[in-house]
Formats: sequence, structure tokens, C-alpha cells
Amino acid sequence: MEQPILDVRNLRKYFKTPRGLLHAVDDISFTIDHGKTLGIVGESGCGKSTTGRCILRLIEPTTGEIWFDGENVAQMKTRQLRAKRLDMQIIFQDPFSSLNPRNTVMQTIAEGVRVQKIHSTETEIQKRVLELMDIVGLAERLYNSYPHELDGGRRQRIGIARALAVNPKLIVCDEPVSALDVSIQAQILNLLKDLQEEMGLTYVFITHNLGVVNHISDEVLVMYLGQNVEQAHTEEIFRNPKHPYTQSLFSAIPVAKVGANKERIIIKGEVSSPINPPAGCRFAPRCQHRMPICTQQDPVLTEVTSGHFVACHLYS
Amino acid sequence: MNGTKQQNDIVLSIKDLTVHYEVDGEVVEAVNNLSLDLREGKVLGLVGETGAGKTTTALSILNLIPFPPGKIKSGEILLNGKNILAMNIAELERVRGKDVAMIFQDPMTSLNPVLTVVDQVMESILIHETSSKVEARERAIQMLETVGIAAERADEYPHQFSGGMKQRVVIAIALACNSRLLLADEPTTALDVTIQAQVLDLMLKLKEQFNTSMIFITHDLGVVAQVCDEVAVMYAGRIVERGTLEDVFNHTKHPYTEGLFNSLPSIEDRTARLRPIPGLMPDPTQLPLGCTFAPRCSYATEACINTRQTEIGFSESHFALCSRYAEKNFVIDRKEID
Repeated sequence: MEQPILDVRNLRKYFKTPRGLLHAVDDISFTIDHGKTLGIVGESGCGKSTTGRCILRLIEPTTGEIWFDGENVAQMKTRQLRAKRLDMQIIFQDPFSSLNPRNTVMQTIAEGVRVQKIHSTETEIQKRVLELMDIVGLAERLYNSYPHELDGGRRQRIGIARALAVNPKLIVCDEPVSALDVSIQAQILNLLKDLQEEMGLTYVFITHNLGVVNHISDEVLVMYLGQNVEQAHTEEIFRNPKHPYTQSLFSAIPVAKVGANKERIIIKGEVSSPINPPAGCRFAPRCQHRMPICTQQDPVLTEVTSGHFVACHLYS
Repeated sequence: MNGTKQQNDIVLSIKDLTVHYEVDGEVVEAVNNLSLDLREGKVLGLVGETGAGKTTTALSILNLIPFPPGKIKSGEILLNGKNILAMNIAELERVRGKDVAMIFQDPMTSLNPVLTVVDQVMESILIHETSSKVEARERAIQMLETVGIAAERADEYPHQFSGGMKQRVVIAIALACNSRLLLADEPTTALDVTIQAQVLDLMLKLKEQFNTSMIFITHDLGVVAQVCDEVAVMYAGRIVERGTLEDVFNHTKHPYTEGLFNSLPSIEDRTARLRPIPGLMPDPTQLPLGCTFAPRCSYATEACINTRQTEIGFSESHFALCSRYAEKNFVIDRKEID
């Protein structure tokens, strides 16, 4: 069997806060095969963005291994890491704040090419930038434009071109369409899918939009308070969600169809604090199936059917 | 929507509203010749993308358009038969918060950070209903409990609440004086989906309880299907299609509405390629001569580009701003759903 391109093992990221240790990411493990998309879903504060950033070491993980292409990124020295970043890139959520307002489209896209010394002459760099602009659907006349002159969709295309500039194998997409209107969102999703097909890219796709994750992912991982509560192939998890949190999350998606909103499971209460979380299942305080064991013992992620993993005492 | 037999229960009637923003000699045509009626106890969804003019429309209803640069150029907004746009400040202040209340999108910025939540709910009760602080406080606490906030937390400050709880406080403020009309501007957009489900559920229950009419502004067609009775789709300052929820969702007529549906990833058919609307919304300072959607519309003809559209009716309730329907056999691709 082919080795997965990314193999994350027991990733943890704790932040020190005045009130205690904040468990942002708490023992997350997953693998992604070459050319596939893993969707990471969850609500605000569940640790999905932190996970994405830890993979690239934009945030230093507290513990854990990140095996990318056979090497452990978590152990790399700065120089090695810089070289490795040629292969792993990120697209950020907010195309308004993730671009340097003083740089033109050309400068922004060219930066990675220059830093990594992929091309040496100015003509080559220009040629490459124009090629990238063409790939992501930016008109050539925008070459010298500044971000403030462009709308959200075009800015996000710059973000994508910048990521593609160094020919990466893996792109972490952190809510890349959440700030965009639906008609523009659809344009960007189609672009990302086309690029994946043409270039064999692997995506870690972080989003809270379940319609989007269903559309773009091969596999879905559901996070709750820093932990992986359920993971399965996209079709399987949408057809057959097992964890009570996943079930209520999916049932809360408003569907754009008359009378489509069947029985919704409305969960009570709110996400508890990630600071010094108590033992047991993190979802237990809101769970309608709570049993005594749930507040005493951590549920372990177990494979309930082939390729379908759930961390819930109901299934153990 | 019209028809004399229903005339009496119309809470809000907007007639030919045009709002412009004038900046640096340029004119932003934010809302153009907009008309709509809202009947008692109904929820009207105002749908559209950024810059369509949804919020401007809502602010006009409270006569809150900032001047300058905003200016209501023409139109009438009749609330229970009285024209809001002709009222003086004193009259307006009696209406705002009492007859019409508003819920803003962002609960993080629409609450005052230095006042306790109960004080903020009391404010409109004290202005409109009673001068007794004790009574106002009692009613405010009752209102907070109605939206699911325990009385013990009434004296806390907004920063001590989560986003969902803050939005509940905003809803409590809006409902404190039993307004007949509620304007909700993207009330759940800033919230997570499980919290959104809680808040929508609450709003629908309260609507039933108080028989409030509501204008619900959103860009999320899923939310519309869940809460609205009627729908008006806005594009570049105009209502391009309006009708009942069934009319607009199951018998879609306008190509823009079709484009919105095609842009949504389908939960059932996940492999289907999305069909986005090509291009971008026109610059509101330079709206096209003819149909504003024509430059992006796959059905557009020469005539669409050069001449203004007229509204075409399909039934007593269903209208679309698309001249192609003047042709006998014109249909769009989206299938009708029975």
C-alpha cells in the first residue's frame, strides 16, 4: 500500500493562559493519502485552525509527530523546515487581512518564488507570475493592482496563486471560502477542485460549512474541543453519523429546500471551556445520551465499521 | 400579496423606495424603486449577496440611513398606515424600539460593553412603557428568562457571555416592548450552526407567541427555508423575484435566483459540479442601463442589456423582474418542484 503523504500522530497543542492550560488540540491523529482531501469540521474554538497551522509549524506543536513525505516535520530545524515548506502551503480564511496591503498582486505572488530561489531572473519570475495568474483566473491587467482595489473573490485567488507558486504537494485550506458570497464561493470551490485534479494536490480543508465539506472532501474528521470525535469517508459520515455531536451538528444544517428540515436535534448549552478540561468525554455536558461512565473515563477513538472511527462510550 | 381582502392586516408597506449614497460626486444606487408588503404574523426573507441593498432597506424602515452620505430619494414606508419617512424626530422615537425593533448581525458590537445586560433590556421599556424602574427591571428579567438567560446572570456584562448568549440578549431587547414588526439583519450569521439552530428555534417560538411580523435578512437560503413564509430576492438594489417560499424555491423564475441555488453544494449529490454565476455584481455607481443582472445572465438578449425590466406576475403572489418572460415559451433550466 502507498504510504500516506501526511501522517499526524498524537498532535497536542496547549497554550498557557493566566487561568490554566488551554487544551487547543488534544491528541489528534490522522493520515491523508496523496491527492486526497481531508475535511476538518467543527465549531469556533474546536482547534481546527490550530491543527492546520501546527502541520506547517506556523504554530509550534506541544507534542506529537507530523510525518510528511516520510520525514517528521515536528523535529525539523529551521533550515530543513524552510526547504520543506516548498511542499506545504496554506490558504487563509480572510482575503482581506492575509495579504500585505503594500504589495501588488505581482509582488505577493512572486515572494515565495524569490525566497525559495525557484527562478533567478526577473523575466522568468514575471513569466511564472503571469502563468499563475492565468491558472487561478486573474486577468493579466491586475498584475500591478493592490489588494484594496480588488473584491474578496479575486483576493482569494491571489492567496491561492501565492500558495501554488512554489509547486506544493499539500495545501492547508483554512476556511478559504467562508468570507465569500455563495456565487463567488462556488467559483473558488470549482477552482480548488480543478487544481487538485490537474496538479495532484492534497488538501487539508478546514471549515465550519458542512455543505462545503461534503462537496470537497474524501474523508471527514469532526473535532470537538480539541479532540477527534468521529472520522469516516464523506459519504459514510453524512449518511450514517454515529457520534451524538456529529448527529446534532449535521441535523442543524439548514437545507435550502421547502420542508427539508426534518427532525432537528437541538443540543442544549454551549461548548465548555478548553482550559483544564475535566476527565471524561468533552461533549458529555451537552449530550442527550450521557451515561455515568461518560464523565469518568475518556472515550477512545475506535473503528466501529471499516474506516469509520468514533470516540464515544455508546459504541464501546 | 395585494388584493383588497388582505389590505387590513398589512403591517408594513414599502412603496417605490429609492435610497442613494452620494460620495465624492459619485452616486451609489443602493436601493432602487423597491416595493413590498408584509402581512401580520408573517416572516419575509430578504435574500441577496453583499451589496444587494438588504441592510439599507432595513435601515430605511427605521429611517436610520446616515445622512450624509445616504439619502432617501423617494418612496413611502407605511407602518400600520403611517408614513415613517414623513415623521419628525419625536414621532420617530416613539416608533423605534416600540412599533419596530431591530436585531443586528453582530451581537459582539451591538451591545454596550459598560452596561449590564438587564440595564440594556430595561432601556426601551423605560422609554416606551413605564417610568417605574422596579417594574421595568422585573419585566426585563422576565424577558431574559424567555430567551433562556437565567435571572442570576441579569447583572452581568456582555463580555461575560458567549456569542449565542449575547444574541439572545439582543433578541430580548428587541422583543421587550412587544413590537409588531421585527427587523432581523443576519441574526445568526455570526453564530456556529448548533447555536444558530438554538437561536432560530427561539425566534420562531417567540414569533408564534407574540404574533410578530418579521423581515429576516440573510444570505443563507437554508435559513430562509427554515424560517420564512415569503421571500424577496434582491440584486443590485432591486427585488428581482418575490413570492411565497414555495413560489421562489419550488417554482423559481428569475435567472439570478436560479444562479444562487446552483452555487450551493448539494448535500444529496456531492459529486455534482457547482455552477457558479459568472462575473461579479455591477459597480453600484455605474449600474447597467438595462437589466442589472444581464451582464452575468446566460439567458440575456440584446433587449435585456439595453432596456429596463418590468415586473412580470406569475400568480397573485409570485413576481419576477425579467423581461424574457414576455416571450411565450421562455423557461429557465431549473426544474419546478411539486
